[in-house]
Amino acid sequence: MAKGKVTINEVICKGCALCVSVCPKNVLALSTTKINPAGYNPAEMVSDDCIACTSCAKMCPDCAITVEKLD
Amino acid sequence: MAVIFEKTKALTDVKLHYCPGCAHGIVHRLLAECLEKSGEDKNAICAVPVGCAVFANKYFNFDAIQCAHGRAPATASGIKRVHPDKTVITYQGDGDLASIGTAEIVHAAARGEKITTIFINNGIYGMTGGQMAPTTLPGMKATTAKAGRDPKVNGNPLRVSEMLATLTGPAYIERVSISTPAQVTQAKKAIQKALEIQKKGLGFTFVEVVASCPTNWGLTPVKAMEFVREKMIPYYPLGVFKDITAEEGK
Repeated sequence: MAKGKVTINEVICKGCALCVSVCPKNVLALSTTKINPAGYNPAEMVSDDCIACTSCAKMCPDCAITVEKLD
Repeated sequence: MAVIFEKTKALTDVKLHYCPGCAHGIVHRLLAECLEKSGEDKNAICAVPVGCAVFANKYFNFDAIQCAHGRAPATASGIKRVHPDKTVITYQGDGDLASIGTAEIVHAAARGEKITTIFINNGIYGMTGGQMAPTTLPGMKATTAKAGRDPKVNGNPLRVSEMLATLTGPAYIERVSISTPAQVTQAKKAIQKALEIQKKGLGFTFVEVVASCPTNWGLTPVKAMEFVREKMIPYYPLGVFKDITAEEGK
């Protein structure tokens, strides 16, 4: 059961993958199907193991990530 | 369900023009978060440099002024002396601060101007296309040092924090990095402390951030952060170089 939820602003994400590299639970990955208006593959959640540690949001250079803690 | 991390209101909604994975975005956010946390975002004036961060005034949701190349500490000194109640910050890269602006930063620090300088050290000129900076590591390639920087020909890199720490004027000097989430947290603490010391009027405060430039280093953003940890930090060790509040506490 997920303890957290990551919402990524896909329009401003530049696909730098820093969030993917620091996630301790490998919850994030760059999309292989989506492409945003700037031409980048945005990051997306690929599993439900998020623990709401906010590591991804701390590393995001574009403030594209919002983290919610689920009760 | 509770939101535990979202974009700070001290940044505007303008999309950042930086390259993917650029550390400027992280440091912009940290500065804005620190100002918002202390309620100083309505009372802050930032002097932004020439370089990649030249448009930082569009991203900060507080007052900012674009300065002549390297002259942000001189501009900020004037602002602070006229408005001593304001929080005055300069945000500068290594080409701006450590090359053309060396005189301004050294003398602002020596005078003990009550401003805070955020110094982004990524070892290269970003905006102009990857030329060698004063902070480029020995052996590191740049467009003006094709075979890598040779100290015998190109001189040795500047360690600005250590240099300024020898002066009497500075109250607080720390070098931090942003290559891991833990380092980002530490960088935020350092910026917060620098702003608090400025608010107390104790002297010049300086936070150097060892950062990456994936585009001009020719690395992916993730590999560039590894380069920061493996090559940059051994040459530019992290830590507090001066803290008069700690000395007083002894």
